[in-house]
Amino acid sequence: MRTKVLLVLLAVSAGVALAAPMSVQVRNGKVRATPSQLGAVVVTVDYGAQVQAGTPERGWYPVTTIDGKTGWLHESALSKKPIAMRAGTTDAATGASSDEVALAGKGFNEQVEANLRKEGKLDYAWVDRMSAFKVDANEISRFLKEGHLPGGDQ
Amino acid sequence: MNERRMKRISSVTAGMVLMGSLLAGLLSSRSEGKPPADTVMARRTGGGLGRILSGDQVESILRGAKAVQKTWENLTPEQEYYIGRAVAAQVFQTYRPLDRPAANTYLNLLGQSLAVFSGRPETFGGYHFLLLDSDEINAFAAPGGLILVTRGMVRCCENEDELAAVVAHEISHVEKKHGLKAIKQGRLTEAFTIIAAESTAQAGNKQLAALTREFEGSVGDVVKTLTTSGYSRDQEREADAAAVRLLQGAGYPDRAMITMLQRMDKRLANARGLGFAKTHPSARSRIDALRKTIKDTESAPDLVRQQRFSAAMQPLLAGR
Repeated sequence: MRTKVLLVLLAVSAGVALAAPMSVQVRNGKVRATPSQLGAVVVTVDYGAQVQAGTPERGWYPVTTIDGKTGWLHESALSKKPIAMRAGTTDAATGASSDEVALAGKGFNEQVEANLRKEGKLDYAWVDRMSAFKVDANEISRFLKEGHLPGGDQ
Repeated sequence: MNERRMKRISSVTAGMVLMGSLLAGLLSSRSEGKPPADTVMARRTGGGLGRILSGDQVESILRGAKAVQKTWENLTPEQEYYIGRAVAAQVFQTYRPLDRPAANTYLNLLGQSLAVFSGRPETFGGYHFLLLDSDEINAFAAPGGLILVTRGMVRCCENEDELAAVVAHEISHVEKKHGLKAIKQGRLTEAFTIIAAESTAQAGNKQLAALTREFEGSVGDVVKTLTTSGYSRDQEREADAAAVRLLQGAGYPDRAMITMLQRMDKRLANARGLGFAKTHPSARSRIDALRKTIKDTESAPDLVRQQRFSAAMQPLLAGR
């Protein structure tokens, strides 16, 4: 009996120890109730947010968000590296604002895009329009079902 | 200033000079051939290594030296997203988007339904699809998931299954990050050096201008590969193989990949050197490479899928 309890305790503590912090590396990370892209969305986590991630199963991590919600996130939405959202501080010598330094420090980003837009080199109107095409999991499920595509039965 | 403080400052300064010379030695030992980008950066910022550097500057340059090792694999999904947006915007300078809401909505339903079965279902900004108003038989995948399909390509597809094969192939290029691999290493080295050395920058605006220059160069490399030079044969085969797995995952008959390639081969017979034919290996060699992975032999086309494809794409298919 005592051995059994010990084993259970060991298993639980191993599970806890395996949970590690990971960062959300997509704009809107969807934590799902089941390990499937068609699973119901429990909560949406923002880019850069940290979650506690357990052992992945077939590309899906069981996660706990900072406010205690649990669910599954696909590995493509997570990074083991911490994501610094605003790293810079005001740099008096450069005369640039802290945001400018921080954003430039992050490389190819919205500030670079804004610079290109300002110079009139690229027109992003259609890029924005096509990015607005949204399809949710219910529409996908219906599309697959109506089209007799068994992938949707997962 | 008291004596103790003076001593402390002079010992810190001596340490900085020593670090500066060590760094100069490190950089000069690698100076054969092309100058390393971190040397270039030091020159650009006017931060000459001979002068005394501040602790922050030394640290930043050391980080810059490490940045030289970085490649396309170090681009974050967010950076990939901004590159992809600019790639799509640049493609639109040559190929006009097709403003057909019903057809574009259907293409997005099809594409996003397939993307959930990809090995990389999540990208920073998600997958989005758009038709292009061109008779050329072609399709492009900008990094991060912006996928463009010409009217000519849709007209080449007999049914939804074949269009799914085209879209699956493009999603697979995004999954495998083939677009990012087209960026010249030199540009990434420069960009990562600028990013790593932020506190050595003498002016935020200059730094931004330099980053924008490398960004434009990177976007140009990707666009050139998409529209002119094409991916390598290995990358095309890799995308074909991943596309077959994707079709199988969703439940489409994977044979659609073969019939689509055969149909394209026929159409492209008169268009050698143009569009898709210019940037892709021959259909014959692609089919040969795929044969072993195709499970579905022969199946009748699904009526529902056939009807919704015809209904949504009707304006594009007219007179076919």
